Amino acid sequence: MTRSARRTRRTLQVAGAGAAALLALSACSSSDSDSGSTKSDSSASASSSPKLSGNVTVFAAASLQESFTTLQKEFEKQHPGTTVTFSFGGSDSLAAGITGGAPADVFASASPKTMKIVTDKKDNATEPVTFVRNQLEIATLPGNPDKVSSLKDLTKSGLKVVLCDKTVPCGAAAQKALDASKLKLTPASYEEDVKSALNKVVLKEADAAVVYRTDVKAAGNKVEGVDFPESADAINDYPIALLKNSKNPEVAKAFIALVQSAEGQKVLSEAGFLKP
Amino acid sequence: MTSTDKSDAAADTLQGGPRRGRVRSGRRGVPLPLLVPALIGLAFLLLPLVALLVRAPWSTLPEQLTSTEVWQALRLSLVCATAATAVSLVIGVPLAWLLARTDFPGRGFVRALVTLPLVLPPVVGGVALLFALGRNGVVGQWLDSWFGITLPFTTAGVVVAESFVAMPFLVISVEGTLRAADPRYEEAAATLGASRFTAFRRVTLPLIAPGIAAGAVLAWARALGEFGATITFAGNFPGRTQTMPLAVYLALQNNPEAAIALSLVLLAVSIAVLAGLRDRWMTAS
Repeated sequence: MTRSARRTRRTLQVAGAGAAALLALSACSSSDSDSGSTKSDSSASASSSPKLSGNVTVFAAASLQESFTTLQKEFEKQHPGTTVTFSFGGSDSLAAGITGGAPADVFASASPKTMKIVTDKKDNATEPVTFVRNQLEIATLPGNPDKVSSLKDLTKSGLKVVLCDKTVPCGAAAQKALDASKLKLTPASYEEDVKSALNKVVLKEADAAVVYRTDVKAAGNKVEGVDFPESADAINDYPIALLKNSKNPEVAKAFIALVQSAEGQKVLSEAGFLKP
Repeated sequence: MTSTDKSDAAADTLQGGPRRGRVRSGRRGVPLPLLVPALIGLAFLLLPLVALLVRAPWSTLPEQLTSTEVWQALRLSLVCATAATAVSLVIGVPLAWLLARTDFPGRGFVRALVTLPLVLPPVVGGVALLFALGRNGVVGQWLDSWFGITLPFTTAGVVVAESFVAMPFLVISVEGTLRAADPRYEEAAATLGASRFTAFRRVTLPLIAPGIAAGAVLAWARALGEFGATITFAGNFPGRTQTMPLAVYLALQNNPEAAIALSLVLLAVSIAVLAGLRDRWMTAS
């Protein structure tokens, strides 16, 4: 008697919660489709096609960590029942992971060259599209105590500079900028991805690092950014593609659409990325 | 007592005498629920190594292995692992003696602390080392301002990282040997007027030499394979801090063939170490 009563109450509660969620969902999607032209694209697919659910795994360049995490929250809010998991790292090691059979749905890399590793093996399901570009910047200790003002200043003896390894896009770009200005730089270390290069400056182990503008911005006041004109010669295109092994291509496509939408681009440009 | 038991057993295995019959009769009775998982386990351990050999680029192997990067990394690895073993011996053996032969409050706790780097993820060890000995670290900032010594990004930093990870292997091994060794020899030395240090030097050390050797080889092998703490604490620069495991990891991204070649070298070194260790154990008992 009491048990059945309790059960009915629970069913009612569940039903109520479900109804509330449905209401919230419809309210959300209708307000979405009302505003913005590009935005309605991504949400229209969400409301018209069968409801999206399930998990997608996105392999993304380390420099995308902050903005993609913001977009993940946005995506999961727009599509309840979906989850986005990330693996952030050096684009080259992510590409090696994908060609080695890692279970990923989307690959967002920091250079066409690392994306090519994946497309050469025909592991992509859609053609890679450039969704942002990123420019290099010098990260120095707060207050710039070593008075670094140009790329050339980094070659001063006694200055501990870390670069990304040449196999990683940020390292390749840094090398390109150095070569273009005929500078020879012997770093203290070639780090395996851009975040570990940045962290060496954040931890004050290195005096400067050549990283992306977005990383300097993400680090806040822990580092100070110094622009250098040569960085214009080494701007990285960031391509994104759906992968062949995707177990959930619909959700993955919706995530790529969000990244390319006006809303996604706003988040990315706030993080310091350049428009494609 | 135990040591003589062990030597008997080893002698039996060596001669293959009285034991063989027992083993054969035992095999008939191996229950299937044990045999099948055991064989799966064996295959699981061997398969990756076989795969490495199958996929090895045998035709281009000579040129892969004669490249300067490989030799630079191998030389650095051997030098650093040996230095780390030396450091571990100098400070690890006394530590093991302290843990095995003296009694002080909280000894069990200290022992647990000593073995912590055994179970700690090496990357965490590297981060901890940065906070301790980095240029801005708790101790490191004084090293920097007083002596001008900075460890990160230097070969010395690699040795520090490897010692941190490898020393517990030596300490545990030596401590075990010390506990098994008969303390009455030292007591006899003491009654004959030897100081505790003399007894340690002239009696204990020769007694536990095989254990020290085994521990040193273990520590050396661990140091040789060390990756996480090294790349975190010492960074990655060819010829200065790029040891073999770092070279393997980074080569894998853009040149898998080179990675396999490097891995084969490490595999060969590991097998050589195992063979050496086996010999040591044989002669020890």
